[in-house]
Amino acid sequence: MSFYDERKKYEGFDFEGFFEQVTDADVRRAINRDRLTALDYLTLLSPRAEAYLEEIARKAHRLTVQHFGRVILLFTPIYVANYCSNQCLYCGFKATNRLERKKLTPAEVEEEARIIAATGLKHILLLTGESRSKSPVSYIRECVEILKKYFASIGIEVYPLEEEEYRELVDAGVDGFCMYQEVYDEEVYARLHPAGPKRNYRYRLEAPERACRAGMRTVNIGALLGLHEWRTEAFFTGLHADYLQRAYPEVEISISPPRMRPELGGFEPPVKVTDRNLVQYILAFRLFMPRGGVTISSRERAELRDHLVRLGVTKMSAGSNTAVGGRSHPEAVGQFEISDGRSVAEMAAMIYSRGYQPVYKDWQMV
Amino acid sequence: MRDVLEIGGKQITNRLFLGTGKFSSNRLIPEAVRAAGVQVVTVALRRVDMEFEQENIAAYIPEDCIMMPNTSGARNAQEAVRIARLARAAGCGNWVKIEVISDNRYLLPDNYETIKATEILAGEGFVVLPYMSPDLMVAKKLVEAGAAAVMPLGAPIGSNRGLKTRELVRILIDEIPLPVIVDAGLGRPSEAAEAMEMGAAAVLVNTAIATAEDPVAMARAFSLAVAAGRLAYLAGPGESVEYARASSPLTGFLRD
Amino acid sequence: MNIYLNGKATDVPDGLTIAELVAQRMLNPETIIVEYNYNLVKKECWDGIVLKENDRLEILRFVEGG
Repeated sequence: MSFYDERKKYEGFDFEGFFEQVTDADVRRAINRDRLTALDYLTLLSPRAEAYLEEIARKAHRLTVQHFGRVILLFTPIYVANYCSNQCLYCGFKATNRLERKKLTPAEVEEEARIIAATGLKHILLLTGESRSKSPVSYIRECVEILKKYFASIGIEVYPLEEEEYRELVDAGVDGFCMYQEVYDEEVYARLHPAGPKRNYRYRLEAPERACRAGMRTVNIGALLGLHEWRTEAFFTGLHADYLQRAYPEVEISISPPRMRPELGGFEPPVKVTDRNLVQYILAFRLFMPRGGVTISSRERAELRDHLVRLGVTKMSAGSNTAVGGRSHPEAVGQFEISDGRSVAEMAAMIYSRGYQPVYKDWQMV
Repeated sequence: MRDVLEIGGKQITNRLFLGTGKFSSNRLIPEAVRAAGVQVVTVALRRVDMEFEQENIAAYIPEDCIMMPNTSGARNAQEAVRIARLARAAGCGNWVKIEVISDNRYLLPDNYETIKATEILAGEGFVVLPYMSPDLMVAKKLVEAGAAAVMPLGAPIGSNRGLKTRELVRILIDEIPLPVIVDAGLGRPSEAAEAMEMGAAAVLVNTAIATAEDPVAMARAFSLAVAAGRLAYLAGPGESVEYARASSPLTGFLRD
Repeated sequence: MNIYLNGKATDVPDGLTIAELVAQRMLNPETIIVEYNYNLVKKECWDGIVLKENDRLEILRFVEGG
């Protein structure tokens, strides 16, 4: 059993038909439930539920404060390499894009780490691009050894690994795992990933389970919004998170709702996801999984992020840079454009101003 | 649509299970069973007392009932397994309620020994319904061990104190993929109804019925309460909570 | 001859079978279960088992219980 089988159960499910039949009473009932079923969650993702956004927000806000308190955990990504063997049609780092490929040397990783650490951040997310040959596990490990000196918590967002490899990285000091399935619809997935190891839908889908078994403390998943119908993608992301939380209760499960940003290749997202859509997704997820984490990256613009602080979000990136070595070399080209370019200090000030506390260090292995 | 509880290949429509202990006369048992429409009754296995002539309990249980022997008296897994095997060999079907109690003060079940007994008996083809303290991790292990349902206690056996373990039972109902049957402690029909409204699959009641002034009427009262609670659960909760519109809306910034 | 009947040392005549003991105690064979030296013995076999010194015999029945 894995989430692959769980997802299969919905093959042939008439989502359109379901959404059409949702009534106002269904939405109100779903909002007021203590424990939502999968279909309650889907009900809250329906077009009908848009009219109840404020009501859903009230409950989402209350649940978030109840389970997490008024705090936002801050973290930042560090891109150490951008080699990639995949051809995701929508990605700025895909193998066929012509850009300067780079991999940081240990000394360069250390230099970046020092600059980031000076901002006070203690949680870091290490990204490599998806090339097993250019950024092997041994290289990731080497980076982790350096980052350990500067940070209390290290997450990785790399190509999918074997369980054993995850365990090796956990032993080396990694405690967080992040991977986006990008698209839960298997056909659309195949179309958007025409070549490279990433074509293997199932291997990627089951990576979070391998990470959980390997002893990761936090696991973050997500669908890239804009690639396919967002309501069903949000639904499957939530189901995936719920599946993981039930199967691995010792792991802290979070989701990210990243929206497509303009990137190097100039890919036009086939589906438009509005602010309202994004908010509906986050709120519905909060009601479905009151204890699930929600991560919002700097892809989103400052004004929206300011509002999201009170709408169920638990983690935010700050002082982000999506270029390899971008902190020591500001001219480097990133994976996608960042919308919220505020510094860590500016983010912290904003969070305080909204009555919340920014948290730099959530925990540390002793 | 018929609302059926399926356990061990049997289809059960009446979700009140009845224990047969403590009745002032065994003749009340079939009357209570009939008045309440009970389909599952529990019995125990004991040494024959050579000094006194005893009644045969089986004679008081209507034939179409599922007779579920319990392993009461067992203080560890091994004893529970022995009792279960004897009961099955005696032609009592393959259902068994595992009850392992090594605590004579509170009569609380020994979860650890219960898991062990469940694993062995499920492996031997028994339909195992373990009586347990409502602990999520234990319930998960019982699922793995092959239990057919889990039976968390509502309050200590015979205490008639109601659904004191409400929050823990609720968690089991949310998380455990098996039927959750609240066993022990329910003192009033309203408490049985509450358990059913929460989503319990059934309740097992003995003391509250057997020691009522009119056990037959009380059996019927429990049966009606269980049915009402079940119906309420299926009907879905109403809108009781109102998140009033605040003066400064959280989503007021959305314009698109 | 001494046997342990339901855990209690009990004197019984030599050469007694289980079936005879059940009859002697006026127990209804339809309602009891007999365990002989920790093994369950079916009713059909009671005739063929002659009790020996220090045998352990458990005679059980279903009773009321919750």
